[in-house]
Amino acid sequence: MTDVDPTAAGDGRREVPRIVTSRWDLTDGYTLDRYRETGGYEALAKAVNEMTPAQVAEQVKGASLLGRGGAGFPAGVKWGFCPPGVFPRYIVVNGDESEPGTYKDRILMERDPHQLIEGVLIACYAIGASQAFLYVRGEMALAQERLAEALNDAYAAGLVGHRILGTDFSVDVVLHWGAGAYIVGEETALIESLEGNRGMPRLKPPYFPAAKGLYMQPTVVNNVETLANLPWIVANGGAAFADLGAENSKGTRLFAVSGHVRNPGVFEVEFGVTTFRDIIYGERYADGIRDGNRIKAYIPGGASAPWFFEEHLDLPLEAGAVGAAGSMLGSGAIVVMDETTDAVKAAWRVVRFFARESCGKCTPCREGTSWLEKILRRMLDGHGRPADVDKLLDICDNISPSITWPPKQTTICPLGPSAVSPIASAVLRFRDEFAAYCGGDAEVTVPVGGKAYLSTPPTASVGSTA
Amino acid sequence: MRFTAENTAVAEDVIARYPVRKSALIPLLHLAQEQNGYLTDEAMEHIAELVGVTAAEVLGTASFYEMFKREPVGDYVVNVCTNISCMLLGGEELLHHLEHRLGIKAGDTTPDGKFTLEDVECIAACTEAPCLQVNYRYFHRVSHDEVDVLIDDLRAGKRAHEVPRHGTLSRVRQQLPDTRAGVAPPDRNVEPVWLARNDEGSTEEAKA
Repeated sequence: MTDVDPTAAGDGRREVPRIVTSRWDLTDGYTLDRYRETGGYEALAKAVNEMTPAQVAEQVKGASLLGRGGAGFPAGVKWGFCPPGVFPRYIVVNGDESEPGTYKDRILMERDPHQLIEGVLIACYAIGASQAFLYVRGEMALAQERLAEALNDAYAAGLVGHRILGTDFSVDVVLHWGAGAYIVGEETALIESLEGNRGMPRLKPPYFPAAKGLYMQPTVVNNVETLANLPWIVANGGAAFADLGAENSKGTRLFAVSGHVRNPGVFEVEFGVTTFRDIIYGERYADGIRDGNRIKAYIPGGASAPWFFEEHLDLPLEAGAVGAAGSMLGSGAIVVMDETTDAVKAAWRVVRFFARESCGKCTPCREGTSWLEKILRRMLDGHGRPADVDKLLDICDNISPSITWPPKQTTICPLGPSAVSPIASAVLRFRDEFAAYCGGDAEVTVPVGGKAYLSTPPTASVGSTA
Repeated sequence: MRFTAENTAVAEDVIARYPVRKSALIPLLHLAQEQNGYLTDEAMEHIAELVGVTAAEVLGTASFYEMFKREPVGDYVVNVCTNISCMLLGGEELLHHLEHRLGIKAGDTTPDGKFTLEDVECIAACTEAPCLQVNYRYFHRVSHDEVDVLIDDLRAGKRAHEVPRHGTLSRVRQQLPDTRAGVAPPDRNVEPVWLARNDEGSTEEAKA
């Protein structure tokens, strides 16, 4: 980077309220007592005592709250997909955070579990859900403990269960554990898992679980951060939320900035206004690249997102702008790579993730991701072949035809096409680095013990090109 | 080993939270792993009986998920993240250091049955790289020296308060009291009573 004042843009901006992180600095923000002392469950009381369910839904719709899980679908609109007159309806909380680079839902669950529970209750009240399931990633033991404790306390205080706060609103919130599978973050796979099955995405249609989801009943699947915004929205009004942020990205949003930055962390920023430069270089945020190095590339929205580079730094953290530039904000995970990073190795590591996590249901994903991984691995091991770079792109093209953005799908869910993102971005930008691993003069044969050849020992390295 | 009488009661309590019994399958597999340290065939058969599916279906579900172990593992399962954010900051080196230190490769268990080492995907601590978990308890920004101390401590049994034995996930169970709202069976199409407020609300608006 040249001399850019990292905070110039950030400093001119207005201060915004901390909507979902207000209790992160408290050591006991997870307890019911502290939660209530700091305004907790007042929004729930306001909703059930002063508002009709439809009015609550109207506020959320007015807030234009985009889903914070990855797809960024407006939460209020999603709720509206529940067909009228069909009950019971369920709410399933997606707490299966596993997208590489993403680290926000776990903190929300560990440090402020009641905020999430209050959000779930508000959502249940608004859409008329008779039961809610809180699906927490299996590996997050502390989050499960904090939520279990919070739910036990909330039940004892009459905040969950039968006749909540003495009204006619009754709902159970059941804590459920996952068991280690990234694909379960896909909402239909999440539902399959909650039904006790292998976590494989369902064939579409039906497209929306809101129409046919858990037990084929109307089911709203919302991300943890999405629901954690609801208490604030109900307390302050949807309009106040919509006052924050940009045209199509309202409110605040959590971004985890990790990798080669001086101050990695999870930051709540005004959505759609703050730029990548602000959050990566700003003193109050990630504070620039380590050791004064230059930035090489960064992942703007989790491992599934195509990479961004220096020229994208002034883009706002806004869904539309990032989409138009060929990537996505996804799950709010920014991974920064400095100039010392080996692009091939980084691409391999991301692809290995998708190869390991493919559920195996669709051929292009099951075969394609592992082919990509194997080719990249052999390149790193010094066995790259001259045709390998084009072969990588050819396999990408088979998984996601034409390698476009947004990606075309040959599969039931977006996992396969996601594996294409890092390769397509890295190859297009750093083709020379990939080619350097495919010199053609590298050792292609693996030494074999003499006994394998009884009469004619091999003479030259088979398969190498002239 | 099948569930003990005590755990069978816990299992029944968990099953009763769901409108469909099979939904309790994954929580019950965790319970079996908590009891035995890994999933035995007998435990899966018992779960099948409790939930009302075949043992093959239980195995079918269990075999999909990373956390379910079908063979005994070490007392401490050490999961080192090597995914992108951790890789950039030394996750692989940390894993190799541990391989050297424990004398095993990732995926193996030490001969004394103390440690199993795993090379895992993102565990959601990306800003705290490189990170690892021991029996799913987090350790952030771990240096090689720190991990050496950690291994020594675990071997000496000094971290029992932080790290319970493998299989024990949440040391706090959700207890659903009698004041629960109850399950909502999918085949009973009843509108929740509070939704009637919507009609009352609109009447008031109409009056106004």
